[in-house]
Amino acid sequence: MTDFSPRPGAAPVGRMLLAQTALETRMLLRNGEQLLLTVIIPTVLLVLFSSVDIVAADGPGKRVDFLAPGLLALAVMSTAFTGQAIATGFERRYGVLKRLGATPLPRWALLTAKTGCVLVTEVLQVALLTVIALALGWSPQGDPLAVAGLLVLGTAAFSGLGLLMAGTLKAEATLAGANLVFVLLLLVGGVVVPLSRFPEAVRPVLELLPISALSDGLRSVLQYGAGVPWSDLGVLALWSVLGLAAAARFFRWE
Amino acid sequence: MRLEPAVEVAGLVKRYGEKTAVDGLDLTIARGTVTAVLGPNGAGKTTTVEICEGYRRADAGTVRVLGLDPVADGAALRPRIGVMLQAGGVYPGARAVEMLRHTAKLYADPLDVDALVERLGLGSCGRTAYRRLSGGQQQRLALAMAVVGRPELVFLDEPTAGLDPQARRATWELVRELRADGVTVVVTTHHMDEAEELADAVAIVDHGKVVATGTPEELCRAEAGVRFGAPGGLDLAGLRAVLPAGAVAVEHAPGSYRVDAPVDPKLLAAVTAWCAEAGVMPEGLAVGRRSLEDVFLELTGRELRS
Repeated sequence: MTDFSPRPGAAPVGRMLLAQTALETRMLLRNGEQLLLTVIIPTVLLVLFSSVDIVAADGPGKRVDFLAPGLLALAVMSTAFTGQAIATGFERRYGVLKRLGATPLPRWALLTAKTGCVLVTEVLQVALLTVIALALGWSPQGDPLAVAGLLVLGTAAFSGLGLLMAGTLKAEATLAGANLVFVLLLLVGGVVVPLSRFPEAVRPVLELLPISALSDGLRSVLQYGAGVPWSDLGVLALWSVLGLAAAARFFRWE
Repeated sequence: MRLEPAVEVAGLVKRYGEKTAVDGLDLTIARGTVTAVLGPNGAGKTTTVEICEGYRRADAGTVRVLGLDPVADGAALRPRIGVMLQAGGVYPGARAVEMLRHTAKLYADPLDVDALVERLGLGSCGRTAYRRLSGGQQQRLALAMAVVGRPELVFLDEPTAGLDPQARRATWELVRELRADGVTVVVTTHHMDEAEELADAVAIVDHGKVVATGTPEELCRAEAGVRFGAPGGLDLAGLRAVLPAGAVAVEHAPGSYRVDAPVDPKLLAAVTAWCAEAGVMPEGLAVGRRSLEDVFLELTGRELRS
């Protein structure tokens, strides 16, 4: 017979964080639709557009030199924004966030674990895309630290927007909305279609999108070998502050 | 040192917009007991429990759980309580044992997960994702998650809703074991038999208030009288005419009749003779001890499950 005598207590917070991050990551990698979004779509686009002349690449080097930075940006958006929004939206709907709220796991630790899960997934995505791009003849330039900074700020910006969506809309609305935004930003955010192809009038607006700032920043470093792209980092920092502040303000746990 | 009650609620009020879900509710739950919070759907049971769990803030009144304020002292309280929600609470793609093992990792000194899995028959869930488990399996997992952290106080919200009789009995057995080991258990239910089977104390809640509290025995204690069911709206004048002086005959809820008077064979004969004359079959004719169902009906004028 089980002995139920009370022996209450919270686990050390480090153990909780590790366990929660591991669980979140397992849930994400087990989900077929998520894998389609985070792994298969960026990979297919990279391979397809690098080998077939559909989109007009811009700037120096081979097509893959133009495409690889854009698809790294897409990978960040797919995981930090679309994937995280959809998963969190359904966790909210299924009462997961509510139930975890009654355990010793603090809310900040739950959100940190979500960020950890996003970062782990992004590392896998970046590794995969880098290997494929190199195999396609990619020759990246620039400072890896500047690239890392862009990826981290991009993650923060998209996480804030994803959590804002998941925490305020119904799960179904989040599912539809996050996918729609993904496709739209894929098309108009300089991921595979250079912004120079768009009419002059809309370009200044498109350049303010977080995906444009991320793909443009990555491209200026990786394709052109430029220094730290401060204006792009500034745009991403602004989106991060706005998105995370709004998420913190409006997120509803149930 | 005297231990404070496990739960102390006084004058609790909670409104959702225009609607008042909890309307001046008072409730004290002693340590080491099983308390059933009994009431129809919409009575305010879940709202009250969720305020105790720290999910919602009271609009008025005081709430102390294990001596703590559930919201302000939430971080200190949460490791000490176990919570079973009415539904959900698990990642749709998670497996039962995986989720239970994870929940255990959030506590300092959890129960042995394998033993609990065995005890609640969760092994049969295998690698099936939570969203594809049966309702009964989902309920048992939620129960296991509520107790795995070795809490002092467990809140079970409708723990046997939708379970088959065998699974209900297994749940009751587990609740009895919890009590035997010193855990305080609060169960919300709209099943009378559950309250009668399990509870040391019952609090009947209706329209956001506690309308009666006591042990099941106290609540059901024989009140002198006869009760029966018959078509509603019978004219009782003829019955009153044949009753002894001081006796009262009423239809206390539609189709439920009560004769309040010292019970003896003559009273019973008078009631049944009147029924025979009126051509009325006294369904469920009862004397002496009331069931909780009767108590509830008399207090609220409502069927519990309607």
